[in-house]
Amino acid sequence: MSAAAEERSARAPWALTAPALMLFVGVLLIPLAMTVMLSFHDWGQYKGIEPVFILKNWHEIATDPYYAEMFWRTFRIAILTTLLTALLGAPEAYILNRMSGRWKSFFLLVILGPLLISVVARTLGWALLFGGNNGLVNKLLMSLGAIRSPIPFMFTETGMVVALAHVMMPFMVLSVWAALQRLDPQIENAAMSLGAGPVTIIRRIIMPQIMPGVLSGAIIVFSLSASAFATPAIIGGRRLKVAATLAYDEFLNTLNWPLGAAVATLLLVALVLIVVGSNALIERRYAEVFR
Amino acid sequence: MAYLELDRVAKQFGAQTVVDDFSLSVGKGELISFLGPSGCGKTTTLQMIAGFLDPTRGIIRLEGKDLTAIHPAKRGLGIVFQSYALFPHMTAAENVAFGLEMRNVPRAERAERVRAALTMVGLAGYEDRHPRRMSGGQQQRVALARALVIKPSVLLLDEPLSNLDAKLREEMQIELRQIQRTIGTTTILVTHDQNEAMSLSDRIVVMSQGRIEQIGTPQETYEKPASAFVSQFLGKTNDFAATIDRTVTPARLVAGSWNAPAPAGLNGALTVSIRPERIGFGDSGISAKIVTRIFQGNHWLFQCDSECGPAIVIRQNDGKAQPAEGEAVRLAWRPEDMSVRARAGA
Repeated sequence: MSAAAEERSARAPWALTAPALMLFVGVLLIPLAMTVMLSFHDWGQYKGIEPVFILKNWHEIATDPYYAEMFWRTFRIAILTTLLTALLGAPEAYILNRMSGRWKSFFLLVILGPLLISVVARTLGWALLFGGNNGLVNKLLMSLGAIRSPIPFMFTETGMVVALAHVMMPFMVLSVWAALQRLDPQIENAAMSLGAGPVTIIRRIIMPQIMPGVLSGAIIVFSLSASAFATPAIIGGRRLKVAATLAYDEFLNTLNWPLGAAVATLLLVALVLIVVGSNALIERRYAEVFR
Repeated sequence: MAYLELDRVAKQFGAQTVVDDFSLSVGKGELISFLGPSGCGKTTTLQMIAGFLDPTRGIIRLEGKDLTAIHPAKRGLGIVFQSYALFPHMTAAENVAFGLEMRNVPRAERAERVRAALTMVGLAGYEDRHPRRMSGGQQQRVALARALVIKPSVLLLDEPLSNLDAKLREEMQIELRQIQRTIGTTTILVTHDQNEAMSLSDRIVVMSQGRIEQIGTPQETYEKPASAFVSQFLGKTNDFAATIDRTVTPARLVAGSWNAPAPAGLNGALTVSIRPERIGFGDSGISAKIVTRIFQGNHWLFQCDSECGPAIVIRQNDGKAQPAEGEAVRLAWRPEDMSVRARAGA
C-alpha cells in the first residue's frame, strides 16, 4: 500500500463519523462549554450579563448555606428514591420473571405502560390524589373520619420521593429483569438439590447474581432523580427547591443566567463524579458476574 | 431388594401425557441410562426423581421410603445439569462447598472434603477459579464434584456430556465410569446418545413417547431389541418382512429367498431384524444388488437393493476381496443372529 493510500484509509473513520461528531459537538459540547463559561460571568439587576471572568457565582454557591441545603436535599431525595425503587423494583422483577407466559407479558405491559404517559401527567395524578383538602384520597379518608387534616404530601420531601419512585420504577424493573434473564434457568433447582431452602436460594444464589442489575438500575434512577425537573417542580414547587428547579428559576425568573449556569454545572459535575465512581466500584466488585 | 424403585409413575401436563406407566427397579451401585429421542419423557422422569416435578400417578421409593413425600431440598440426591448450573459468583471450591455448608458440615471437614472432591475430578489447584474462567470440560467436572461431595444416595446426570466436543466427551465418558465404579454411587444418566448409554451403563431403559420400550443390558438391547423402535434407535439394523411356510414339514421361516427352520410359537406376518455386521455374502439367501460401497478403514459399508427392500451390510476389512458396486450378491445370516417379532400393523 502506498503512503497516500494508507493516509487515506487512516482518515476514512474520521470522515465516516464526521456527521455524527459534528452534531455531537454542535448541540452538546459547545452549549456545555458555553454554560460553563457563563457561570464565570458577572450579572447585575440593572447591567445584565457582563462577559468577564469572575468567581462571584461560585463563591456565592460555596458560602451561602442556602445552596448547600438545596444540593443536600437534591441528593437526599435522589438517594431515597433509589432505595425505594430498588426495594420495590427488584422483588417486582423477580416475581414477574417467575410468572407464566401470558401473565408475564401482561404485567410487563402494566409496568412499562406508564413510560408512555408524560411525567407531568403522572405527577399531577399524585397531586389529584393527595393535593390538600381537595385530593381524592384525603377527601375520602377525612369523610370516613380516619384522618382529621389532609395527609401532608404536596410540598414535602416524602411526596417528592414517592412520586419520583413511581416515575423511575420501570427503569429499575427493566434493569433487574435484564440481569434475571442471564440466570441459568436450572440454578434454583441446583441450589435446592444441594439442600438450600427458598430464603437461602434468594439470599445466596439469586441476589448476588442480580446485584449488578440492581446497581446499574440504581445508577440510572439516581442520576435521573437528581436531575429531575417536572416532578420536583409540581410536588415541591417553590417551597422545596432542588438543583434543577433552582437553575430553572435563576434562568427564567430572576434572569440571573450566570448563577443558574453555575448551579447547573455543579449538578452535572457532581452527578458525573458519582456515576463514574460508583460504576467503577461496581465493575470491580462484580467482575466475575459481569464476564 | 430394589434400592430405587419407580412404580407405575406417570406425568401429565394438562391433557398431554409425557410419561406413562414407568416402572423400574434400580439396584444399589447400578448405573442406569434413560435413553431416547428428545421429548420421550426421560428428563421429565429424572425431574420427578429429583423432586422438581410431582408425578401425576405412581410412587417413587428410595430404600422402601416414599420419595415423593420428601421436599427436593431434603432428598439428598446429587444432580448434574445439562447446563451445569454452576453458581457464577462463587469459585470452584465455593461451588463444591455449598452443599456441605447447607448440611452444616464443620469448616475444617468441609475444606478437606472439597479438596478431595476436586482432586477426584482432576481439578486440584483450580479451587479459586470462577466458573466463567473455566472450559466446558472443567465446568463439567466442578458440577460433578459439587454433586458427589454431599455423598448423594443417587446421582442424577441430565445429559451431562452433551455440551462437550466429541473428543472430550469420550474422555469424560471413561472418566465418569471410573469415578462411578470407584465410589459406587447409584447413578441415573439421561442421554439421547446411544453410544454414551451403551459404553457407560449397566442397564439401559429405552424410552419412546413417554413409555418404556425395553429395559436391559447394553448387549441385550442391542442384540435382542424388544421392538422395532429399539432396534432402529440403537445402531443400524435391517428389517425384512417374513412369513411362516407351513406347506412343508417341519415349517420354515421365509424372508424373500432366505429361509430357516421356523422357531416355535410364531404365526402370521413377521419382521426379522438383523444387524448389518451379522449379514454375510453367501451362495444362498436374499438376492440383492450392491448400490454403493463405502470404505471406512476398519470396515466396508455396503448399501444394497434387495428383493426385501433396501439393506445395509457391514464387513470387516479382513483383507479378503469384497464385492464391487453393481455386483449381484446373496445375503444370508445365521438364525441365532436375528430377532423375530410380529409385524407392526399386521
